[in-house]
Amino acid sequence: MRIHFKTSYAHDIRLFPDRWTLSIYGSLLVLAFALPYLLDEFFLGEVTNVLIWAIAGLGLMLLTGQTGQASLGHAAFLAIGCYANTILIEQGVPFIIAFPLAGILTGLIGVIIAIPVLRLHGIYLAIATIALSVLADDIIVLTEHWSGGVSGKFPEMITIFGFEIERWSMPSRFYYLVLVVTIICTLFYRNLLRSPLGRAFAAVRDSEVSATAMGVHIARTKGKAFGLSCMITGWAGALMGYYAGTFNNETFSLVISITLLMMIVIGGLGSIHGAFFGAVVVAFLPQALSILKDNVVGSGVAIPGLETGVFGMILILFILFEPMGIYGRWLKIRTWFELFPFARKDMFRRQKSYLKTERLR
Amino acid sequence: MSLLEIKNATLKFGGVVAVNDLSFSVEEGEVYAIVGPNGAGKSTAFNLISRFYEPFAGTFTFDGNNLLDREADQVADLGIARTFQNIELFEHATVLQNLLVGRHRHRKTTLLEEMFFTPRVRREEERHREAVEEVIDFLDLQPYRNKMIAGLPYGVRKVVELGRALASKPRLLLLDEPASGLSVEETQDMRWWIDDIRKQMGITVLMVEHDMGLVSGVSDRVLALADGAKLAEGTPAEVQANPAVIEAYLGAGAV
Ligand SMILES: Nc1ncnc2c1ncn2[C@@H]1O[C@H](COP(=O)(O)OP(=O)(O)OP(=O)(O)O)[C@@H](O)[C@H]1O
Ligand SMILES: [Mg+2]
Repeated sequence: MRIHFKTSYAHDIRLFPDRWTLSIYGSLLVLAFALPYLLDEFFLGEVTNVLIWAIAGLGLMLLTGQTGQASLGHAAFLAIGCYANTILIEQGVPFIIAFPLAGILTGLIGVIIAIPVLRLHGIYLAIATIALSVLADDIIVLTEHWSGGVSGKFPEMITIFGFEIERWSMPSRFYYLVLVVTIICTLFYRNLLRSPLGRAFAAVRDSEVSATAMGVHIARTKGKAFGLSCMITGWAGALMGYYAGTFNNETFSLVISITLLMMIVIGGLGSIHGAFFGAVVVAFLPQALSILKDNVVGSGVAIPGLETGVFGMILILFILFEPMGIYGRWLKIRTWFELFPFARKDMFRRQKSYLKTERLR
Repeated sequence: MSLLEIKNATLKFGGVVAVNDLSFSVEEGEVYAIVGPNGAGKSTAFNLISRFYEPFAGTFTFDGNNLLDREADQVADLGIARTFQNIELFEHATVLQNLLVGRHRHRKTTLLEEMFFTPRVRREEERHREAVEEVIDFLDLQPYRNKMIAGLPYGVRKVVELGRALASKPRLLLLDEPASGLSVEETQDMRWWIDDIRKQMGITVLMVEHDMGLVSGVSDRVLALADGAKLAEGTPAEVQANPAVIEAYLGAGAV
């Protein structure tokens, strides 16, 4: 059993509550930096893919998990980030400026879109954001002059002060770039969670009425959540462009939006861990499935819709049996070990919740 | 001048007149209770003060400020905090986080500072935490500090909601049925707390309550409402003895 002794309020404000957690995440970081020396190029590429998805997951998590606003339009923001970054660099802006700017631009566009869209709630919001995904495709085709339209674009090689980074020929450099962006985004996310804005997000998610009564401006808070979410998503989009090596109007489709949303639900809504767990599932599932399929039915046979089907099944199973996602399951297992042998079966059972008959709205 | 002054307030929901030409004022430092049968318009009056509803007519003044000039989220900035009849807590957050949301109106840091968690944000966080800890000590919430609301029993939720309102250091506290659903012991606690909130913290309390024991125990003045209109106003004893009030509660012929 592990017991926290807290001696100052700073304990609860710190990034890591105790030495133990610090050492775990410290080792994880060391492992992450040592990875290029441990893995071959193929697997390093896969891990890079996981990290990029995790960044995108963090972006959507901030909006959906933290603030409670579902979006099925986030592929559009991946696209905006990706195109903005590529076009800026084509215009001669150095990567070190173009990349952050691409995210910020995506965030600003997100805020502008959020103003009308976030007046909607729940399923209506989800439907409205689907339109964004569809629209993005059309806009890319229409603005062929800048976007390359259907024939697509190839991002140029990244150079940071003369230092070159390329996904295929230098996978470990690209991996480090993605890792650094992941760490920065995770830190931003963590910092927001432990400050007033992060709590305002949770307040908006759980009760708009009482959030308002405590002085939280609902529309403004949602707008900030949408903007920050889009900014992080934009960065993920720019990295996806480099990872894919080429992209066009179909790269960031509605399917990507849906995958992203499923990913954070499976991973566990409302937690940073959830974004990472979900990303692992999304990135490795296709590989695992194809290996499985090759062994079971032979490599010549194609099964259309297999991935989507299995993904959907997993999602349904999670919603039915573990609504807290992989992270929720992980918490339960960890608690069981920490409390051993005192864990009880009903420890995580929720108390009866109380009717909210008089909800305003 | 009264702290809160409401004059000729009227609000209709379709054909239902929920609040009907209602006037009353709350003096600084008092505990003012509103009583009345179900559907009398008590919660609606609260929601008008919180600016959740736009009144059809009437003036609302708080400490010289016209409340009608404010949006619902700006009411807290004036120093008005409230609880809800059906408990509106942030379910998927801890007690501590809930109370810290109460500090929202005192935040000074910007989005950018918070993203980088600058030393100023850290200092502010510690300051907020100190304020919240005072509330936790006051309401004996120590055992629940890091518990999720979703798993807490009803009585504790009620106290947490009171705590969240107190954490904002209000001048006026609106309590919508603070004792409903509480056990006898919990109601007793609530009574001491309301007393201390007024005496130690100097916060003015406006509350809606059905429990006449609690009302006569803590309040200086009572307003009896029926069908959205004022029936009687005065000390608890006066209002309880008022024939119109007795009739509204027990029906005609009971007197
Ligand atoms: N949002 C609403 N829409 C329509 N009618 C409403 C609404 N809120 C309240 N009412 C009506 O207004 C009247 C006053 O309701 P209110 O909730 O203020 O009563 P109350 O005095 O708080 O009663 P209780 O003791 O049951 O809480 C009731 O007739 C109620 O049905
Ligand atoms: Mg009521």
